[in-house]
Amino acid sequence: MLTLQVNGVAHQVDVPDDMPLLWVLRDVLGMPGTKFGCGIAECGACTVHVDGKPVRSCSLPASLVAGRPVTTIEGLAGDLVGESVQQAWMDIDVVQCGYCQTGQIMSAVALLKANPHPTDEDIDQAMSGNICRCGTYRRIRAAIRNAAGVA
Amino acid sequence: MMAVTMLSRRGVLTGAGGLLLAAALPRRAARGATRIVEDETGPFAPNAFVRVATDGTITLILPNVEMGQGIYTGEAMLIAEELAVGLDQIQIEAAPPGDAYITKELGTQATGGSTSTIATWAGLRQAGAAARTLLVQAAAAHWSVVPDTCQAEAGVVRHLASGRSLTYGEVAADAALLPAPTAPVPLRDPATFRLIGKSQHRLDSPAKVAGTATFGIDVQVPGMLVGTVAACPVMGGILTHVDADAARKVPGVRDVLTIGNAVCVVGDHFWAARKGLEALSITWDEGVNAAVTTATIYRQLHDALDGPAIVAHSKGDARAAVAGAATRVEATYQQPLLAHAPMEPINCTVQVTPERCDIWVGSQVPLRARDAAAGITGLAKDKVHVHNQYIGGGFGRRLEHEYVIQAVQFARQVSYPLKIVWTREEDLTLDRFRPAYVDRLVGGLDRHGNLVGIEHRIVGPAVVARWAPEALLPNGMDDDLLVATAETPYAIPATRLEYARREAPGVVTAWWRGVGGTRGVFVVESFIDELAAQAGADPVAFRRKMTADNPRARAVLDLAAEKANWGTPLPPHVGRGVALQYVFGSYLATVMEVEMSDTGAVRVRRVIVAVDCGRVVNPDQVVSQIEGGLIFGLSAALYNEVTLSGGRVQEDNFHSYRILRMNESPMIDVHLIDSTEDPGGIGETGTAAAAAALANAMAAASGRRYRTLPLTGRQA
Repeated sequence: MLTLQVNGVAHQVDVPDDMPLLWVLRDVLGMPGTKFGCGIAECGACTVHVDGKPVRSCSLPASLVAGRPVTTIEGLAGDLVGESVQQAWMDIDVVQCGYCQTGQIMSAVALLKANPHPTDEDIDQAMSGNICRCGTYRRIRAAIRNAAGVA
Repeated sequence: MMAVTMLSRRGVLTGAGGLLLAAALPRRAARGATRIVEDETGPFAPNAFVRVATDGTITLILPNVEMGQGIYTGEAMLIAEELAVGLDQIQIEAAPPGDAYITKELGTQATGGSTSTIATWAGLRQAGAAARTLLVQAAAAHWSVVPDTCQAEAGVVRHLASGRSLTYGEVAADAALLPAPTAPVPLRDPATFRLIGKSQHRLDSPAKVAGTATFGIDVQVPGMLVGTVAACPVMGGILTHVDADAARKVPGVRDVLTIGNAVCVVGDHFWAARKGLEALSITWDEGVNAAVTTATIYRQLHDALDGPAIVAHSKGDARAAVAGAATRVEATYQQPLLAHAPMEPINCTVQVTPERCDIWVGSQVPLRARDAAAGITGLAKDKVHVHNQYIGGGFGRRLEHEYVIQAVQFARQVSYPLKIVWTREEDLTLDRFRPAYVDRLVGGLDRHGNLVGIEHRIVGPAVVARWAPEALLPNGMDDDLLVATAETPYAIPATRLEYARREAPGVVTAWWRGVGGTRGVFVVESFIDELAAQAGADPVAFRRKMTADNPRARAVLDLAAEKANWGTPLPPHVGRGVALQYVFGSYLATVMEVEMSDTGAVRVRRVIVAVDCGRVVNPDQVVSQIEGGLIFGLSAALYNEVTLSGGRVQEDNFHSYRILRMNESPMIDVHLIDSTEDPGGIGETGTAAAAAALANAMAAASGRRYRTLPLTGRQA
């Protein structure tokens, strides 16, 4: 039995030790906002925060994060930076299919929390682990710049 | 994909009139019939696209599925414009499978080929107008005035003289009793459009940024278990034996199911299923394709550059023109198999009971999915319910429905709802692929450097022959391959287009983000550049000279050249390339600026696009599609190639099937030309532009030509 702290709520889960956090979130806790893309930490669709840092939940056993604060896309409500980023995404209609965007947003929020005024190079570095197959990169970059101005 | 001459087998819908009032059922008739009315208070449902409930809820049923292209917003704008409601007053629904949603462009209920706006532009406005007309009539009758003295706006009908008003909800029940208009209703003068032509925010943005949008993979059904699949990695192979003892011992594994060519391990969650799958010991009979390699496929294509071929299109005597030309230019281009690699891996959730079959899936072809499920289960078609979800990337992948067939074949063996999720490895290696092609072009220039003729031979598969066999032209031509090749933006005195069909062994070939358009623009626009170079002409000037009779093409070319500062000096190792195209009913000119290092590394610095796609519904989303389409096309042109060894696809995840990332992504400027022409398609145009503009820019930067895709290394 593991205790996971997800978005400020403690959850007791009975899962295998090697089960990635992604699948505990999606298939056990019923939180499907975090997405499955590759399973090998190559695409970033599964990005969540652990201790405030962006991690790829598809390749991180849930047992390793027991007791540590996990934040998912569902946990951004009420978070100033999180809501600023989501608003910036809506203001310029970043999304297309939208499947990767929750992971993109989690990476962007982590960036802005660590570095409130990132340069374009900082943005590229923080965001290049997140693939967008629809090719929304130009707008993601613009949205992060806009959110950096208000967050 | 684009199949301009596809005909509906059923001949159900034809353009504007076709979408009109497909299901006019007044309330009384509905109650008397067996039709299930979801809203017992009597919704007004004058056609297959609009529903108004007595509580005022306005629902728009959108015929095309949202997979990123912004079509839910665009189609809602078309209906709302004429229905006289705001986008903040509506809710939207994905269309169920139904004949009312078949278009003549694709011959089935499908979202693809950049056809959605072209197909629905007139019909959806007509559907909104017809509904509004009935609502106004009902209000006018209530007041005993003539309808002409009333006006509808923002979901309210007003009697202008008296100032009285009724909401759509208040008149919905009465409107439902009125006979539907028998002739098309006059549509708004475009000069008075409130929504169309003005950028509107995407209706799906809030849910997608909050993480609450439900994609197929997110569907939750009570009692559901999760399965993952291994199908025979060699196409056409079958399962001969599976030892599942170890798999059944994996904690959380509940079932191991088999069908003819695949095994599914079912668990409490995906992780259990995947661990179970890894524990299987499977024996395949790999069949006749076990020795296929990529080289087999390319060799077969190159071999067909000589020998018999269909003459698919001709104008003048190109052979004589080229033979008699002062200068002759010849080039052969090769393009690889490509995967779709949508971010959302293939998935499908199915529940089969003796009475019905429910399918939750993201599908570009819901009617085909329904009909196939009916065939497998033996249920009547109206007992199969396809619940179409947001699609996490289509790109033509979900114009296939073999994964729905597979999911139903597994789910019919069990009593619980079964969600099947493919691993990324399964998604890539069991994809259905954009074909490989080889094209040879021979052109002639006169002594002044004018193009006098082109002979062009295409070698490759005919995707249409499998996907819509009735649409294969009588001479055996795949009409999709005519796109960008038979019709170019240029006045060329003589042209001859030949086609030698060669089906690729060992793979199933399929649509992609533009098949004919994307592959065709690459070869034709690369070749036009080679001709310009041979003629000693500037690439823009050479093209411009041949567009004297094509003002829309010339306008986009001039605008892109101007915005790109074409002709101004560039730093060393930097080159500009141009591509001009008329595909999917839209004109694009693209200028790409590329920097190449001594080691051959390529950096795309900047892309400028000018577009004339006719009347624009949602301008910002046209821009967005071109931006994204270019990035999609650049990934493929720079990096992507699916290879086979021993009949097995080798690229199985994003480390070996490299996708362009943010740090590699260029600045993109898109310029729209005001146009009153009918809308063209846009979803695949940016992708079609990418490879040609890139190859031409690399040639300008390096001084050598690039004729084989992908243009750089494949590995991440």
